[in-house]
Amino acid sequence: MLYREVGQFKTTYAADMAVFPIRQDRIGILAMVAIAAVGVPLVANDFVLTSIMIPGLIFTLAAIGLNILTGYAGQISLGTGAFMGVGAYAAYKLANAFPEVNILVWIVTSGVFSAMIGVVFGLPSLRIKGLYLAVTTLAAQFFLEWCFVRIGWLTDYSSSGAIEAVRRSLAGMPITGPEAEPLTRYFVVLALVIGLTWVTSNLVHGRIGRTWMMVRDMDIAAELMGVRLLPAKLLAFAVSSYLAGVAGAMMVFFWLGAAEPSAFGISLSFQVLFMVIIGGLGSLLGSWLGAAFIWALPVVLKFAPGLVGIEIASATVEHLNSMIVGALIIFFLIVEPHGLARLWAVTKQKLRVWPFPW
Amino acid sequence: MDLLASIFVDPFLRMAGNPTFLTQVVWEGFVSGILYALVALGFVLIYKASGVFNFAQGIMMVFAALALVGLAEMGMPAWGALVAAVGVMLILAIGIERLVLRPLVNQPDIILLMATIGLTRFLVGLGEMVFGGEPKVMITEGLGIPTGVVRVPLFGKFLILKEIDITAAVVAVLMVGFLAVFFARTKIGRALRAVADDHQAALSVGISLERIWVIVWFAAGIVALVTGIMWGARSQVSFDLEVIALKALPVLILGGFTSVPGAIVGGLVIGIGEKVGEIYWGRLLGGGIESWLAYLIALGFLLYRPQGLFGEKIIERV
Amino acid sequence: MFKPMALAFSVASTLAVVLPAVPAQAEDSLYVPLLTYRTGPYAGSGIGIADGMHDYLEMLNQRDGGIGGVKIAIEECETGYNSQKGVECYEATKGKGALVYNPWSTGITLQLIPKAGVDKIPVLSMAYGLSAAADGKTFPWVFNPPMTYWDGASVAVKYIGGKEGGLAKLKGKTIGFIYLDAPYGKEPIPLLEDLAKEYGFKLMKYPVPGDKMQDQSSQWLNVQSDSPDWMIMWGWGAMNPTAVKEAAKIGYPMDHFIGVWFSGGDDDAKAGGAGAKGFLTLNFNGTGAGYPALADIKKYVVAKGLSQVKGDDRVGENNYNHGVYNSMLIAEAIRNAQKIAGKKMVDAADVRAGLETLNIDAARIEAMGLKDFMAPMKVTCDDHSGENSVYVQQWDGAKWTKVSDWIEPMKDKIRPMLVADAKAYADKNAPWPARTEACGGR
Repeated sequence: MLYREVGQFKTTYAADMAVFPIRQDRIGILAMVAIAAVGVPLVANDFVLTSIMIPGLIFTLAAIGLNILTGYAGQISLGTGAFMGVGAYAAYKLANAFPEVNILVWIVTSGVFSAMIGVVFGLPSLRIKGLYLAVTTLAAQFFLEWCFVRIGWLTDYSSSGAIEAVRRSLAGMPITGPEAEPLTRYFVVLALVIGLTWVTSNLVHGRIGRTWMMVRDMDIAAELMGVRLLPAKLLAFAVSSYLAGVAGAMMVFFWLGAAEPSAFGISLSFQVLFMVIIGGLGSLLGSWLGAAFIWALPVVLKFAPGLVGIEIASATVEHLNSMIVGALIIFFLIVEPHGLARLWAVTKQKLRVWPFPW
Repeated sequence: MDLLASIFVDPFLRMAGNPTFLTQVVWEGFVSGILYALVALGFVLIYKASGVFNFAQGIMMVFAALALVGLAEMGMPAWGALVAAVGVMLILAIGIERLVLRPLVNQPDIILLMATIGLTRFLVGLGEMVFGGEPKVMITEGLGIPTGVVRVPLFGKFLILKEIDITAAVVAVLMVGFLAVFFARTKIGRALRAVADDHQAALSVGISLERIWVIVWFAAGIVALVTGIMWGARSQVSFDLEVIALKALPVLILGGFTSVPGAIVGGLVIGIGEKVGEIYWGRLLGGGIESWLAYLIALGFLLYRPQGLFGEKIIERV
Repeated sequence: MFKPMALAFSVASTLAVVLPAVPAQAEDSLYVPLLTYRTGPYAGSGIGIADGMHDYLEMLNQRDGGIGGVKIAIEECETGYNSQKGVECYEATKGKGALVYNPWSTGITLQLIPKAGVDKIPVLSMAYGLSAAADGKTFPWVFNPPMTYWDGASVAVKYIGGKEGGLAKLKGKTIGFIYLDAPYGKEPIPLLEDLAKEYGFKLMKYPVPGDKMQDQSSQWLNVQSDSPDWMIMWGWGAMNPTAVKEAAKIGYPMDHFIGVWFSGGDDDAKAGGAGAKGFLTLNFNGTGAGYPALADIKKYVVAKGLSQVKGDDRVGENNYNHGVYNSMLIAEAIRNAQKIAGKKMVDAADVRAGLETLNIDAARIEAMGLKDFMAPMKVTCDDHSGENSVYVQQWDGAKWTKVSDWIEPMKDKIRPMLVADAKAYADKNAPWPARTEACGGR
């Protein structure tokens, strides 16, 4: 009813090519941003902010990063966790070396370092393809993890072997470190994630994005049509690792507060991969949905029984949780293998023709 | 100069200086390699027949071993528990085929991979709920697996061999031999190869895909059970054994996803390579390089042969 | 566009509405959240500890009606030894008036250390976590009694010295150190290197990567070729039983192989079978169930079916007793806090003061029904670990037996290192807040 594009005429190519060609979508996205920026802070308490919203947003960014590589450029990667780690360690080193520069600058810069590392490990992608490529990214994952443990310089030779979020502020308000209020951290994370999503969205809807998709669909064909594979693939690795790196830096500075090398282990890589696949390969919206689903569901399942007053042993909750999430992953794949984003697209299509679907 | 010598000269001097020790190192690598190969074998079986990259192989291994030990703890005799564990794997195979594979037929690789990851989480939860999260000691005596140590004189020194390692090697060889005969000589084996070649052609000549899948997953379950028993006896039966499955990935990639001999050779290359590398060169980097060396070895081979050692040549057409 | 986002956020907003409405913990109880792990790769060590912690506190509830007549509200939150879930558990429970946190994971401890001072809830990391946290001047809210890893490593060296006929005799000997290649395992290295220089022994390091815990043949091949005179181990989870098995296999003399207190699980040694006989570990609590307090746990908790412990015989295993020791510290800190504050319903700040003035003497130990279970221990304002004594125990094939006296750590050596390290930590995390809490009470 409300969702109808009747009467919206496109008079320019620009309008026709817009990311959101339908007015209702544009209003919708603005409304969602408004809810996230105003509504959530009004009703959410600290637990919701620190355990659902902040990590959810950070994972969204990491998932977008991986989606660029896997969903848009078709290169499978199991090294996201390590690339996030590179970003985190880079941000930590930079923030400690130049304390006078604002931390946000370093968080945004940290991704550049993981992008460089990503490019190095992306080089074999020219020769190795498909599932076989997973081995290079796994090599990256385990090698970098080993570096985090071994290279004392990365942690400034701290005896704890971990990195901590240093205390930094923005305009007099602490934004990182233990004093930073969850709400402040939430706003910073929200702004960064929305900003980077917007940049990425423009990237994937433009020439570069189309090049990536050509490479994904058939790289030899793309090459024959004049796409230079090496720059295209490496750019995908660079952008993907950049976003993962920024997400990793944000993970330590705005969420965990301190991290051991094991925080960037292979399980983190898988966590992000889940989000991308459940959300939908090759869809930015999917990354948002996937991150929300994979991150929030276990948290909700974990604390929901306690909230409604059911007493279950914490271990049993965890077992059930694991089983339910596993079963739901399979269920969703069966219902819609192309992810939540596709599910949404189908719903939207139905909505468009409702109430007269014929 | 010193650095170069420590990389290119010293390790070889050490090898030549103590051949017994070198043999010991290679033997240990051989045993790990065989055990990696067993995990990889489970992957290959399933990949060949159903095109599924079965990430759950690791947890199937833990689950099978847990079922065995758990049932024995509940008072079953060891051999009874073994039979029951085999039964559990059969039920699992049927369940997976009905609830996961059948509805997901013809989906892209990555979706099937994802489904097995979902399966992994499900099995972790189920296993911990039913059998508890405590590590368990493998019932080696009950199963008649020797656990002693054999000392073999060699070059004037002693080679120390664990009986369990020898058993593992023998069992692995038997298993591979059995699978080879099974594939080559039996009707089911021929049907399996037909399915691996072409699903639709196999269907059209009257081979039941569903039945084949159950058989393959069941066979992979048996491989998982055997692997679980061996790893469990070497360390203990607990959920962290699951990470062993990750070690099978470079093996698999090296050997090619579809080749049984590839899995074996790949396992041995990785197993021996990482042991020799760690012992003779690892110290230069502070040790512990095993965690990534396997992937580096696999990567080196892949750059040379992108389809793995025994994989079918990839022919790309536009 | 409304729907997907709505889907994504509806969950959150529902919770947001529901959560604040949840009543805070009942006003008449002492709320103690327990961050435990009964799942995940380290569940093997975590289950025993979780049971021990829960059961001791529950026993106090059942037998004495809580502490000072106030019931203890115990809530377990499952972390799976995972730092993401650790933060989640912390955030979910801190609003309910948590009195003290026991993270039971080095990673989670490190996350909570900076938060403790801001949220004003003490962190009790019993003999683990950041060694430097023993410096009470820098870390007023963090406690790691009864001793740090550095203390433990120094006791191991002292014990070896004793067996060799004096620390001076260590000259020219080789001591191997096999450890989990993670911050936890690497912690004692600076001290061991220092001692190696001082006493002239050679330190050989054998790191075990996390994914190689079940397959340590490389490390033990290296041990075989280096043949060190003694071995010290810092292991956790599946690393322990595998190491014991491998050591037995290469014929390493087990009575020259010393593990840290967290390598002394009963399951760890049992896995080694007959070959594990003679294996040594450090410890700070008694093993077995032959103490009145543990008998009470069996009577009041296990027999009534209030425990999750699998079978009566698990009560008294080493990991279980670690948990009991931990809960004993919590309970004593609360008791102490009630005394200092002069009221029954204490808050987290009171408990901090209670921890800081903890002084458990022989009489009190006997009164708790834990005679011979532990040595008298003490925490002071300056020294939050107390650097209390440790003893060495030996596996006789079926159970642990005490084979040494209580050995004092090398305090004069470790203390300056602790203080210097605490300063380094504070500098790195500048501006680190200066201590404002007064010593001795509030």
